[in-house]
Amino acid sequence: MNLKEKIKRNMDCYLMLAPFMLFFTVFTVLPVAMSLPIGFTDFNMVQTPKFVGLDNYITLFLSDKVFMKSIRTTIIFAFVTAPLSYVMCFLLAWLISGLKRPLRNVLTLIFYIPSMANLYAVWRIIFSGDMNGWLNSFLIDIGFLQSPVQWLTDSRYVLGVAIVVQLWISLGAGFLALSAGFRSIDKSLYETAYIEGMNSKWQELVYIVIPCMKPQMLFAGIMQIVSSFTADSVVRELVGFPSTDYKAHTIMTHAFDYGWVRFEMGYASAICTVLFVVMFVCSRFVNRIFGSER
Amino acid sequence: MIKSKKQKFGNLIIQVALIILAVYMFLPIYLTVVMSVKPTEELFVFPPKLYTLRPTLSNFTSMLESARQNRVPFSRYLFNTVAVTFSVTLCQCVFVSMGAFVLAKCEFYGKKLVNALIITALLYQSNVIYIMQYMVMSKVGIINTPLALILPSIASPIGFFLMKQSIAQIPDSMIESAKIDGAGLFRICWQIVMPNQKPALMTLIIFAFQASWNIQGGSLIFDEQLKTLPSVILQISSSGLARAGEAMASAVFLLIPPVVVFTLAQRQIMDTMVHSGIK
Repeated sequence: MNLKEKIKRNMDCYLMLAPFMLFFTVFTVLPVAMSLPIGFTDFNMVQTPKFVGLDNYITLFLSDKVFMKSIRTTIIFAFVTAPLSYVMCFLLAWLISGLKRPLRNVLTLIFYIPSMANLYAVWRIIFSGDMNGWLNSFLIDIGFLQSPVQWLTDSRYVLGVAIVVQLWISLGAGFLALSAGFRSIDKSLYETAYIEGMNSKWQELVYIVIPCMKPQMLFAGIMQIVSSFTADSVVRELVGFPSTDYKAHTIMTHAFDYGWVRFEMGYASAICTVLFVVMFVCSRFVNRIFGSER
Repeated sequence: MIKSKKQKFGNLIIQVALIILAVYMFLPIYLTVVMSVKPTEELFVFPPKLYTLRPTLSNFTSMLESARQNRVPFSRYLFNTVAVTFSVTLCQCVFVSMGAFVLAKCEFYGKKLVNALIITALLYQSNVIYIMQYMVMSKVGIINTPLALILPSIASPIGFFLMKQSIAQIPDSMIESAKIDGAGLFRICWQIVMPNQKPALMTLIIFAFQASWNIQGGSLIFDEQLKTLPSVILQISSSGLARAGEAMASAVFLLIPPVVVFTLAQRQIMDTMVHSGIK
């Protein structure tokens, strides 16, 4: 059977897949695929793109000091938030799984709320630099500080603040997947194990929970990696754009700067391409860890 | 005896850690809600109080008042957002369900490629491809039309992936017997498979609703007529600490619909997320 016949035979499959694939191709595949060739051009959205070879990448890696800083920031940011937020998703999902129905549902909702909508405003007040900032007033009250700290503008603190808030909003789809995973574990497994001599929460975790939940854990892992590497609006909304000394300037913020503010699309594409590659490598890595022993 | 003490200590550490985490998660939400109902004169009292004895809705009314100062009536923004949310959610449900069914249950040339594309696309969502999407949209010529808000959100890789995983759990025999009875794929999808997929469908609706309800449009829309509710309300919330009460009120206001939908559908979501594993 040749290719043409094969396709003809499954025509109805293709027809049903077509509407999704159309939108998927135009708005997801095409943009990602385009970033590579456009990264080799000088393009400002108005004139036709001009081919400049590797110029963008050379500038990016050899003379763009802010980009170098942003790589460092992104790595610190992602390497702190991705694992920590993952552990948080896991622990909180675990905590919830042991509770009774109404309380469990309420807590799931509460933990999920921060990822639902744009709630940065409250953090701006918590971290506000004057005496009215909640954190300042609390720390001064207990005698830990003498005078208010400029959490949102002092270059020593901005990245830390961004990380705290990113962790707060990071319990999204990955968290839901994990808590669903916990609920799906067969309860009789625990009973059997306790009869067999298992006697602590740690053992429960190592011998029952982790082996049962590998697939959900992989999904959650990818979700947390994506959100950590592409964090951008948290930073811009919270510590300003650009942040003091570019201390909380992530690769994504840099791309935002060149894409939306300066309209240097070629350069922005090159930045995005770098980010795509980094994320792809990371996800392969996660896949290795969780996916290999199946 | 010593051993059990050690274990008790271990369990205690876990519990303390969990409680600290829970407080960290809950406190900001609580503060948002409390501040949204605080009267203005209490907002800037030092030291800040964690409660209010005189709750008021004045922040909400003044938020609506500020939104009304725009040239366009408030109802117009609300209508835009509802229209965008509705179209995205509906299109996503229909297109994603059909596609996910085919990919989960049919064999055809190119299936592996599509599968790989979608798993990879889980990585490249939202803001990473935002800039590139803008270029595509300006080429297609839909910038500054409602389509710019709707079309990019329709083909959600996450939604597709979850739906596919969920449909894959259905026994093949069910579909085979329907085929023998002479039903076409389209009918099998909508009359046999989808009625069994209500939890997955609810999940899809939640994610689509949540994402599209929050669409701001940013650089995609210039006409005040076409702007969405979040884009207007968040202007208020970013206008400084002096309007903190209003900012909190607007955050709470925008949060209510997603919270209601999520609460109603939580059971179904959990049933679907069980199958979210990547295989």
